[in-house]
Amino acid sequence: MKAQTINAEQVKAAIEAAVPGCRVELLHNGSPSAQHSLVLDHEHAVEIAHFLRDDAELRLDFCSNVTGVDWLDTEISEKVKTKKLVDGVETEVEEVKKTTVPGRLEAVYHLFSMEMKHGPVIVRLRTGNRTDDVRVPSLTPVWRSAEFQEREVFDLYGVVFEGHPDLRRILMWDEFTDHPMRKDYVAPADDDEPLHAAAGERAR
Amino acid sequence: MEQTETEALKAELRKHGILTTTFEELYNWGRKNSVWPLTFGLACCAIEMIATTMARYDLARFGAEVFRASPRQADLIIVSGTVTKKMAPQVVRLYNQMPEPKYVIAMGACAISGGPFRDGYNVLKGIDRYIPVDVHIPGCPPRPEALIDAFMMLQKKISEQQLTGESRPRHLHSELPSEFKVPDYGEHGLEPTENAEVWNPLKVIQ
Amino acid sequence: MSVEIAEHRMTELTSDPEGGQLLEISMGPHHPSTHGVFRMNVTLEGERVMRLKPVFGYLHRNHEKIAENASYLASIPYTDRLDYLCSMTNNWGYALSVEKLAGIAVPERAEYIRVIVAELTRLQNHASLIGFLMQDMGASGTPLMYAFREREKILDLFESLTGSRMMCNYMRFGGVRVDTSPEWLDEVRALVGRFPQFLDEYEQLLTENEILMSRTQGVGVLPRELAVNAGVTGPMLRASGVNYDIRKVDGYGVYDRFAFRVPLGEHGDVYDRYMMRALEMRESLKILEQALREIPAGPVIDPKTRLRGLRPKAGEAYGRIESPKGELGFFLISNGTTEPYRYRVRPPSLINLTVLEDMCLGRSVADVVVILGSVDIVLGEVDR
Repeated sequence: MKAQTINAEQVKAAIEAAVPGCRVELLHNGSPSAQHSLVLDHEHAVEIAHFLRDDAELRLDFCSNVTGVDWLDTEISEKVKTKKLVDGVETEVEEVKKTTVPGRLEAVYHLFSMEMKHGPVIVRLRTGNRTDDVRVPSLTPVWRSAEFQEREVFDLYGVVFEGHPDLRRILMWDEFTDHPMRKDYVAPADDDEPLHAAAGERAR
Repeated sequence: MEQTETEALKAELRKHGILTTTFEELYNWGRKNSVWPLTFGLACCAIEMIATTMARYDLARFGAEVFRASPRQADLIIVSGTVTKKMAPQVVRLYNQMPEPKYVIAMGACAISGGPFRDGYNVLKGIDRYIPVDVHIPGCPPRPEALIDAFMMLQKKISEQQLTGESRPRHLHSELPSEFKVPDYGEHGLEPTENAEVWNPLKVIQ
Repeated sequence: MSVEIAEHRMTELTSDPEGGQLLEISMGPHHPSTHGVFRMNVTLEGERVMRLKPVFGYLHRNHEKIAENASYLASIPYTDRLDYLCSMTNNWGYALSVEKLAGIAVPERAEYIRVIVAELTRLQNHASLIGFLMQDMGASGTPLMYAFREREKILDLFESLTGSRMMCNYMRFGGVRVDTSPEWLDEVRALVGRFPQFLDEYEQLLTENEILMSRTQGVGVLPRELAVNAGVTGPMLRASGVNYDIRKVDGYGVYDRFAFRVPLGEHGDVYDRYMMRALEMRESLKILEQALREIPAGPVIDPKTRLRGLRPKAGEAYGRIESPKGELGFFLISNGTTEPYRYRVRPPSLINLTVLEDMCLGRSVADVVVILGSVDIVLGEVDR
């Protein structure tokens, strides 16, 4: 008996019908796994989570995995055709337009249903940026399995989950101040021998 | 020449039921055949250590009959597995609590130098940064036979220790320390990052 | 389903005791029976547990960070060291996730071999777990000695196949590293033929043992709804009566070709969890017999599969298997380069510990040790 995969578009439609005013974005997944995900907005996230868990057809009662992801500022260059004055004549010129997508942190939730044996439904919560706007609502009140995993995302990435009953570091010690899984984390150099100083920072 | 004459005399006396030995030999013989390790397993190497104490490899026949849970009753700490920075103060504290004479076996690549996890923000790059190590066992994980070989090497080291003279072991020197500084949790790592009295890193020849 | 189940029990306890009646002890990280470097801050009133806070991280080896800087192939030996008792199933979980991410197909013979080594892993894991549980209960050594006796036989098989007892590093994306020899399969058949005798001996020693029953029945009860909501998986979930075995639900590999049952418990206590392992070992033997009978000839990996320098298309995938501890999942995000952008391990042992406090509240300290033993944790997986 194989689990049926759920169509992410159908889930999006169901959420938009059940929770009025919410903003859900479908994110396409380029790999052959075809596991598309939904980005939820902060104000309605907990309500949407309750709906996903309690709805009679979805019954997504099992939150399997909570992952933190660090997206650095990325620069996207695209060629754009614009009209410009060249030697007094208006011509169409191809220009390279660079846009910077600001970096942010993300929490990805993989949801399954133990009752209906289907899944995964993947939802994402994004922070505003990587520096000061790092608060997202916690889904631990809906799925208890997120408790330790959200603590880990807080510890290693610095995402603050509002509404989490016990948000503190889980893997590193309490006096530690860095968020080591971030892409720009550099481990302190003073605890390594001179032998490795010249080997470069690649593996840090 | 003198040595073999002494041995020949001893053999002769033994035939008549008279056992002769030196105080040093007797002391070392007793100590090396009853080394009681501490139940101290950190990671994967701990499972191989447990397998060494089980029926097939049986470390007990070498004298490690009981693994003591309390460091106050143990002679040997087998650091088996990766020592993380979070765990390192505890390891040093346990070592400090063991009474002299005490020995350390660093089992596995992780305990020797950080091993495959060396490039890590939470991994201590070798337990010999904070405590002196007697025997290192390479491997990931070392086979149970390698642990037995290391144990026998430790027994040989104990049997060669002299009770008097400059080269006597640490526990017979009253001025040498038997406890070492426990590192503290800092904001970015452990403080201090190593114990300079204990650690002898390889120097790069420029 | 009521919301109260998901609420954290901590809010029911008051913070400061009156008159200092409560005793706070730290069990671990160095402790004879915490299954590794695991620490619990237990608050006791006499012998009763009032509060229990687990502390993790003593074996955090930043496996995920290392994987972000290593190629996909280079991470396979690191997956051996996650749940270090079950290296084959860890390898399989990771290989499955990469195969989902990159769309790589696996030949049939390799699928059968994967099933065979995974079920052998399950056998030795469950036997060792029962041994460790008995050790924690005070049966100092004997059940563990019996379990390790059988484990050594299985490790001999792994060593002759892969070259290593524990860190097998055997699975590759699209198959397994090397084919088995006919002699090896005969040896597995011989072991499978002798194993029921060991299980009978083990169960005769333990299952109706008075001490075991009085120490485990009714202890550490985990209700069904809490188990589902807390994301508990594996034998611990099925002991609470929830029929969710990923081998049946997802049917990954060729598991849908084998006839086997999924044992379920009724009470969700430690005794049921012990029985789950004992019964699952018998089901594993059934799967092994069928797999050994039906294994086809053929290649074990497509020679044109790109292993070194694998560059999956940008995207993400979540793959999961039923490891002996529970649902082991790997979430991989690829950005088109040779290294994964994000590599995440879903650790069943850590998530099964979410409910440790709930199970231990009101019980005595001695029960805490037994309950922890029945959860089946391996710190390499909890802390990664």
